[in-house]
Amino acid sequence: MILRELSGLTGVWWREFKVFWRERSRIVASIISPLMWLFIFGSGVGAHYSVAGVSYRDFIYPGILAMTVIFGSVFFGLYIVWDRKIDVFKAVLVAPLSRTSIFLGKVLGGCTDVLLQVMVLFLFSFLFSAIDPRGLPQAFLFLFLSSVAFVSLGLAIGSLLKSLEGFQLISAFVIFPLYFSSGALFPVDRQLPSWLDVLVMLNPLSYTVDGVRGSLMGIHHHPLMIDFIVVSTFAFFMVMTGSFLFSRMKI
Amino acid sequence: MTNAIEAEGLSRRFGRIQAVSDFSVTIERGEIFGLLGPNGAGKTTIINMLITILPPTAGQARISGFDIVREAAKVRSQVGVVFQDPTLDTMLTGRENLLLHARLYGMKKRDYIKRIEELLQLVHLKDRADHLVRTYSGGMRRRLELIRGLLHRPTVLFLDEPTLGLDAQTRARTWEYIRTMVGKEGTTVLLTTHYLEEAEEMCDRVAILDDGKVIAMDKPSRLVDSLGGVVIILDAPTLTESILKDMPFVERANHSHGKWEISLNDTFKNLPLLLKRVGPINQLELRRPTLNDVFLKLTGRHIRDEAQEDAGGWLEEAFRQDQRGRS
Ligand SMILES: Nc1ncnc2c1ncn2[C@@H]1O[C@H](COP(=O)(O)OP(=O)(O)OP(=O)(O)O)[C@@H](O)[C@H]1O
Ligand SMILES: [Mg+2]
Repeated sequence: MILRELSGLTGVWWREFKVFWRERSRIVASIISPLMWLFIFGSGVGAHYSVAGVSYRDFIYPGILAMTVIFGSVFFGLYIVWDRKIDVFKAVLVAPLSRTSIFLGKVLGGCTDVLLQVMVLFLFSFLFSAIDPRGLPQAFLFLFLSSVAFVSLGLAIGSLLKSLEGFQLISAFVIFPLYFSSGALFPVDRQLPSWLDVLVMLNPLSYTVDGVRGSLMGIHHHPLMIDFIVVSTFAFFMVMTGSFLFSRMKI
Repeated sequence: MTNAIEAEGLSRRFGRIQAVSDFSVTIERGEIFGLLGPNGAGKTTIINMLITILPPTAGQARISGFDIVREAAKVRSQVGVVFQDPTLDTMLTGRENLLLHARLYGMKKRDYIKRIEELLQLVHLKDRADHLVRTYSGGMRRRLELIRGLLHRPTVLFLDEPTLGLDAQTRARTWEYIRTMVGKEGTTVLLTTHYLEEAEEMCDRVAILDDGKVIAMDKPSRLVDSLGGVVIILDAPTLTESILKDMPFVERANHSHGKWEISLNDTFKNLPLLLKRVGPINQLELRRPTLNDVFLKLTGRHIRDEAQEDAGGWLEEAFRQDQRGRS
């Protein structure tokens, strides 16, 4: 029973990985945009400003990692709308396998894709003098948990959507607001207007950015333990919500 | 030994549409059973209920003794399905589709590795097994779906229009495969098809459905025999419906493609009487009745209407293009 669930779960995961690897040229495309943020936007602004004692370009590196994770993860999850449309999923859903296992296989598949992109970005980290490479594993843990959370969020929304038309809306009303109010591109301190400060505090992605920045360059607003607790609680909550909605999804 | 499929009063309603009403059947192990009926008769709906992806609104059913509602997980491990619409993963190769399936069904590695090769061999897909399914033709895809449905050795196999959109030759070959595979493993099959000639040849028993209701269920030969006699095909240019109506022994008459198809009661006594009154005859043929005639008798319609029949060529082509567009 458990063995069968496990075999199915890893099967779904394996499938996602196969498809991803087959289209690995897409990794290149998906890495272009974060690199432009870092080396064009970051270098341009960084030529004039430094933040919290590091160049602006270095400062946003953790934020760009978080960006890569949230965009990659949510869109991966939303993609099930398409799977469902072309009926591929029907064959998976009639297997004697719980929806939870299928869901978890999908989540792991999405995380693998996203974290491979993260690792490619890690390769550039030596170009950023403010980064202490010893912090990379801890940063990776934060990014992994966030990826679990946001793939689950994407799958949760995808389970509810009927068509691909919602993609733009999700992008405009969920992903961009979360990204911009996470402190990815600016420091979180007392100078922020109070309404923005509230938004940042409520945004779960802020804790990812804070945790990653803390791990890599020792700059953080909250104790890292708090960041860790918030991010892992959020991930747990999203997995529960996502698997609930996924299991009620109509074929 | 439990029966493969038992259904009692199985029904499904969609809003105001009663898609299936009161479907009851007992299908023994190893039987090949056909569900026949025109578009919208409820065939797919019955299958969806039996494979547990659509809850019935009334009635109940068991697959190998397991209740389709209360023991859905057990039912799922017993059944294999080939859906009406293609569900292959076109981003994977043929072999990868099978590997994924094996893992989803929790098969053991030493079990599936060999079986995948055997099945690929059987349907002549071995050389193309490592190509993406995206590059397969319609017939190759259908064959792959077929062996995928059988991979985990289901006790009951559901085939929803397994030959839809294939040309006549490929259809014949596909039925051949089904017969070989099923015969060897003693699998019970419930299939649907529009091609009644094929159903007649393949099925031990058929149920004819119209508008969600079973209007006949028996061995094809018995259904055909119940019509009695032969069908007379007559090309008689001056023959009209009113002339035929005048003859009380004419049971059914139907004009299509410029010819009359006529059934008489007590054919050999009444045939001379008929011929005397039909006027000049260009052509006369006698043939055994088929399931088509059974369907015609029961519903007053052909299973596929003539317009659709004539358009068949390009419809099938359009269907194939559509499939290609999907991947
Ligand atoms: N999900 C659904 N929602 C509403 N109505 C449905 C749904 N599925 C099927 N129906 C209706 O139920 C009836 C039976 O449909 P079904 O698909 O079972 O027919 P079928 O015999 O398989 O036809 P075909 O030969 O075209 O495949 C049709 O009137 C159809 O419109
Ligand atoms: Mg159907």
